[in-house]
Amino acid sequence: MGNIGLTLVDWLIIALYFVFVLGIGFYLKRYTKSQEDFFLAGRKNNSWVAGLAFLSANLGALELMGMTGNTFKYGMYVAHFYWIGAIPAMLFLGIYMMPFYYSARIKSVPGYLKLRFDEKTRVLNAVSFAFMTLLVSGINLYAMALVLHTFLGWNWDASMWASALTVAVYVTLSGLMSAIFTEIIQFFLIWFGLFLVSIMGIIEIGSVQEILSRIPESFATLWSTSADPSQNGMMVTWGGIVLGLGFVLSFGYWTTDFLVVQRAFSAKDLRSARMTPILASFFKMILPFIVVLGGLIAYILAHDPGSGFRLLTDGGKINYDSALPLLIARYYPTGLIGLGVTALLAGFMAGQAGNISAFNTVWTYDIYHSVINKKASDDHLLWMGRVATVAGIILSVGTAYWAKSMPTIMDYMQAIFSWVNAPLFATMLLGMFVWWITPNGAFWGLLTGMVTSFSLFIAVKFDWIPKTLITLSDVASDMAANFWRAWWAWLITFLVTIIVSFFTRKKDEKELVGLVKGLTEETVGKPVPLLKKPEFWAVLSLIILIFLNVYFW
Amino acid sequence: MTENKAMKPIWFFVGLMLIVVGGLVFLTGIYLYFNPESAHTVLSNTYPNLWWGGIMIVFGIFMLLIKDEG
Repeated sequence: MGNIGLTLVDWLIIALYFVFVLGIGFYLKRYTKSQEDFFLAGRKNNSWVAGLAFLSANLGALELMGMTGNTFKYGMYVAHFYWIGAIPAMLFLGIYMMPFYYSARIKSVPGYLKLRFDEKTRVLNAVSFAFMTLLVSGINLYAMALVLHTFLGWNWDASMWASALTVAVYVTLSGLMSAIFTEIIQFFLIWFGLFLVSIMGIIEIGSVQEILSRIPESFATLWSTSADPSQNGMMVTWGGIVLGLGFVLSFGYWTTDFLVVQRAFSAKDLRSARMTPILASFFKMILPFIVVLGGLIAYILAHDPGSGFRLLTDGGKINYDSALPLLIARYYPTGLIGLGVTALLAGFMAGQAGNISAFNTVWTYDIYHSVINKKASDDHLLWMGRVATVAGIILSVGTAYWAKSMPTIMDYMQAIFSWVNAPLFATMLLGMFVWWITPNGAFWGLLTGMVTSFSLFIAVKFDWIPKTLITLSDVASDMAANFWRAWWAWLITFLVTIIVSFFTRKKDEKELVGLVKGLTEETVGKPVPLLKKPEFWAVLSLIILIFLNVYFW
Repeated sequence: MTENKAMKPIWFFVGLMLIVVGGLVFLTGIYLYFNPESAHTVLSNTYPNLWWGGIMIVFGIFMLLIKDEG
């Protein structure tokens, strides 16, 4: 395939986006006066703003392209990432965990670990989170440059530096506030830039029913083929989906990853903070109408000899990530191509801004202020946040160049989250709901879980142990191994934390008031109408989730 | 995001972006209606720039009209 050609109007749309986000950065700078403005967007967002940012921080272009490609490869099972693999965790965060996070007035997730346990657990999590965030940020940057080079023929260095510098400028100017603004703009650009692919695909093929009837059964259901892994495209059992993806990976990411939780911390009050993930859950549930539908459309077209549609191949291997860009090239005329490319660029850059704004907060509060300079003033911390932003971007660019010299690093992307988030979820769950868990129990449990997850990854990668040993089945895909590894890491953290807690010194119950359920009085706020209650919307979201799973059973 | 009265809500920026970009897409659609591209994209006969650009403009106007109560 030749490069996707851009005309003057396409370039104009792309240029407008860059001018726009930079303009927003400069505009918001005048409202960024304190460290709370910079790191927490002034804690004055309503639940719509925080909710859309919460979702968008996770909605990167790599994910959109990757999940469309995964649908081509695995079928409708990919919808599990958006439904059971996200919604229960988001609702749990809003209903049960947010009251502890928000009421503690902490500035970061490691900050909660400090209050609930001790400094060493906080620093362990802060350092691993900062490392993970920069690694992911750099790999994303590399992937973006690769995509732009492959499909548009853009210069690798120029596209990477242009987007990195743009993000550096607007995040340095106004911190989380500008990151949130651009994430919300990205949300709308992604819908308007990419949903048209699904609409055009439906028009070309005939109807959604026609699409579902033209894919194999193993690709068209969510659960009915999950008892036998050889019968579904992802080669995973329902146990792997429920325990690995639905429980550990999902809860680990959505309830403890500071990148997304930081958006909820920016809410103006506790009700808005609780509504943040609940509101986001509705938008998360409709995303398969872009990615899964797009992947199925690509699958049908690629298996129709008359369509002329083929995915790219790279060294004889199919490049599944090419599905979405190729559909854009197939359906979008001049002008719309510019919109589609801008949507992808916005997805990359907003993801970058999300990573950097989370990094600068954790670095400033949980590493710099906690270990290096405990007496730093507010103004100094604000200055340090800006310095950390620039340093974070420079380190990301360095990581991107390293990734370029070692392309197999991309294989590690999926695994990184199970190294850090899966064990952390066990620590958080025990910390928030079991008062007698001790600081030493938490620290050693978390450390053991992280080491276990990483060791299992290495052992499978280098064939020291067979993949099927951890997936408990005869056949297993890499994805299935990822789900199961997360489960084992969580379980080991959970058990080690409990066992060590039996033998080490507990914190005084008085110190844990407001941080642990059972020791904290349920706050009864002023009565609100049913339609404003987070519980009402959480139940509604759950009902829709159940309906979708039954409908596509 | 409206505690500071002078600050525009995010919906204003979203609306502005959609109107400007949607407007460009729509105008390109008008041009393509009279001067079709030599290399046709699939379903170009449905003139997607016109209706999709139009939808973006309408949605953008709706966003501009939102009164953000913070």
